[in-house]
Amino acid sequence: MTRSLVSVPGTARRGDIVDVRAMIAHPMETGYRMGPNGVAIPRRIITRFVCTYGGEEVFAAAFFPAVSANPFVSFSLVATESGTVGFAWTDDEGQTETASAEIVVS
Amino acid sequence: MKAPTTRHPAGLEPAGGPSLGRRAVLAGGVGIIVMALPLRALARPSLQEAVAGFTGGAPVNAGRVKLTVPPLVENGNAVGVTVEVESPMSEASHVRRIGLFNEKNPQADVAVFRLGPRNGRARIATRIRLATSQTLLAVAELSDGTYWSSEANVIVTLAACIEDLS
Repeated sequence: MTRSLVSVPGTARRGDIVDVRAMIAHPMETGYRMGPNGVAIPRRIITRFVCTYGGEEVFAAAFFPAVSANPFVSFSLVATESGTVGFAWTDDEGQTETASAEIVVS
Repeated sequence: MKAPTTRHPAGLEPAGGPSLGRRAVLAGGVGIIVMALPLRALARPSLQEAVAGFTGGAPVNAGRVKLTVPPLVENGNAVGVTVEVESPMSEASHVRRIGLFNEKNPQADVAVFRLGPRNGRARIATRIRLATSQTLLAVAELSDGTYWSSEANVIVTLAACIEDLS
């Protein structure tokens, strides 16, 4: 089971720019490494990350094997309304992990 | 090469027969390695090709983008990278995409980020792998269709994916 860690401020004033950080535990196996028996370790990476705010996509990223294990990304959002900030990571096998955080905008 | 000739008298077997076979195998092995290197190098698109794939061949100007990487990295497995683009991030003028590319990893692409006016600020940070000391390039696509870039040199003392270095 993968674990994710997201950071969104709990409260913000309308119009504020808030910092958002998201990280997920994942090996991000590049597919370029050899195992101890000389067999290539198959590639297994997260290829896509999406952040939604109030149900709308506000940030997305495409990852390649050069992104470190336990991929971390930080970006910002304009606090427009109280609601849910959702995060979703999809790996190359099509499995998706999600996380979410609530933000209260006054 | 006296040993084989003494073991096999002339005429019965070609001088150095068995060792020639071994040599041929060795030469073949070396040949395969020598062949594999350029093939692998060819398999990786160059930095310019990767950027052209991102921009669709549009010209890339230098400036407006600030790529921040530590100049000397001890561990290439996790290198903190920050990209900041000068942009008001309004509906009329914002950054659409930021692409991050490298010069010498097995693959030129690192990540592509999609942004919009709701981000408020065109600034992203992530952690990447670097196989060796090299140049990194960040390219930003603005909403007016222009491309801007910035590059940075990094010295890596402990490389990521050492097995891949030739």
